[in-house]
Amino acid sequence: MIKDFAKGLWKENPVFVQVLGMCPTLAVTTKALFGLSMGLATTFVVVSSGLVISSIRRFVPDQVRIPMFTVIIATFVTAADYFLKANFFQISKALGPYVPLIVVNCLILGRAEAFASKHGVARSGLDALGMGVGFTCALVVLGACREILGAGTVFGARIMGEGFTNWIIMVLPAGAFITLGLLVGGFNIIDKKVSKKKG
Amino acid sequence: MNKFTISASPHIHSPVDTTFMMRGVIKALLPAVIAGVYFFRMYAVGVLAASIAGCVITEWLLRKTRRQEASLKDSSALLTGMLLALVLPPALPLWMAFLGGVVSIALGKEVFGGLGKNVFNPALLGRAFLMAAFPVALTTWTRPVSLDAVTTATPLGLAKFEHAVTPYAQLFLGNVGGCIGETSALALILGILYLLYHKIIDWRVPAAYIGTVALFSGVAWAAAPQLYAPPLFHILAGGLLIGAGFMATDPVTTPVTAKGRWVFGAGCGLITMTIRLWGGLPEGVMYSILCMNAVTPLINRYTRPRRYGGSNGG
Repeated sequence: MIKDFAKGLWKENPVFVQVLGMCPTLAVTTKALFGLSMGLATTFVVVSSGLVISSIRRFVPDQVRIPMFTVIIATFVTAADYFLKANFFQISKALGPYVPLIVVNCLILGRAEAFASKHGVARSGLDALGMGVGFTCALVVLGACREILGAGTVFGARIMGEGFTNWIIMVLPAGAFITLGLLVGGFNIIDKKVSKKKG
Repeated sequence: MNKFTISASPHIHSPVDTTFMMRGVIKALLPAVIAGVYFFRMYAVGVLAASIAGCVITEWLLRKTRRQEASLKDSSALLTGMLLALVLPPALPLWMAFLGGVVSIALGKEVFGGLGKNVFNPALLGRAFLMAAFPVALTTWTRPVSLDAVTTATPLGLAKFEHAVTPYAQLFLGNVGGCIGETSALALILGILYLLYHKIIDWRVPAAYIGTVALFSGVAWAAAPQLYAPPLFHILAGGLLIGAGFMATDPVTTPVTAKGRWVFGAGCGLITMTIRLWGGLPEGVMYSILCMNAVTPLINRYTRPRRYGGSNGG
């Protein structure tokens, strides 16, 4: 059971290992806060849709399962979108179309198809939660790196001195690709070292 | 290297190896370095030193930490540092020049596995990074010789935004605003002639590149002389000569076939002139070469020489 949760954090991290959901990963991580919001919204969707899909998995005919999953996912995405609009309007505005676009995040349909439709409710929930937390962590790290160099702040708090020149490239798409590439590389280095120690 | 010499038939051993080529290009760059230092004094010295330090230290460090064979001896990192400094503005803060060197080697070369495996020209990649990261600093030009803090425009900027043509003599000798190494056409031409004489670079690439630029700008100039500058201006101004002679001829990131080199040079010329005449920037040499670097594998593939008796390129 605990493995279902833990694998999403590291061993099957959706961003660094599975490289899923690249569209929000690259597009909204100009600031750590946006990464966190996107990550939490995605976590909400993946967990709730995972729970529902796994609980109705015996009634869903195989032929129409993908449309069924999509409808369920879209329902929760709409809920998340309206929630953000009502309570965190500035963040919702900054994330723009990427909140409704959570519906096409491969991570969510991937979990539904690969895990929730085949396992029980408890395990599916834990699996989805692990994936969501792993996704959120990755987005926050990515957003923090880009925010530090691109604006000299983390979560809006200034950490670079006054004389710091913003690296404009870091808030541009090119900066997203460069940072993600370096993070994946760093992830692999650590992963290799850890697995060497183990075995 | 002795283990590679097993062979039949008489062969001539060529002394040309990577180190020889790199040192040749470095020697050929010296006139441009001297001209840059003459026109921009301590600014040029500082940027050169910072950029070279960035490249050499990064290469040494990465090779060391990844336990790979040290590769500083082939002088390629030194060359990258020099080339990068020569295409940077003189008054650039030194830490930016250093960072450019680090990016050139780390992201431009070593991530791909080192010299010979990189897709893009490392020096230009470093410059493109700096250009995207610090657009203001990368387009602040100092006036040569007098070195007052007054900023000036490059000849291409003047031609594009104010339709003013800088006198040829000034362009030829180098008394104009611009990057450290691109000011003096004379110094660059000397270097290119040296490379051609020693057959370190193929004449086809600069010929195709400069020829296309001349043709393109000639047509535009003939059609609307009040709008566009004459071809000779386009050849002497900006980074065309250093690009065509020293960057579009990089053996790693440009095509290997003769036909491919014509295509490469012509493509660079077309993109450069499109940006110069109709783009938002006054200069397009950097992006043209980087774009053509990206399609180099494709060019190589389509210009593969036909096997004798074979029916197609495969």
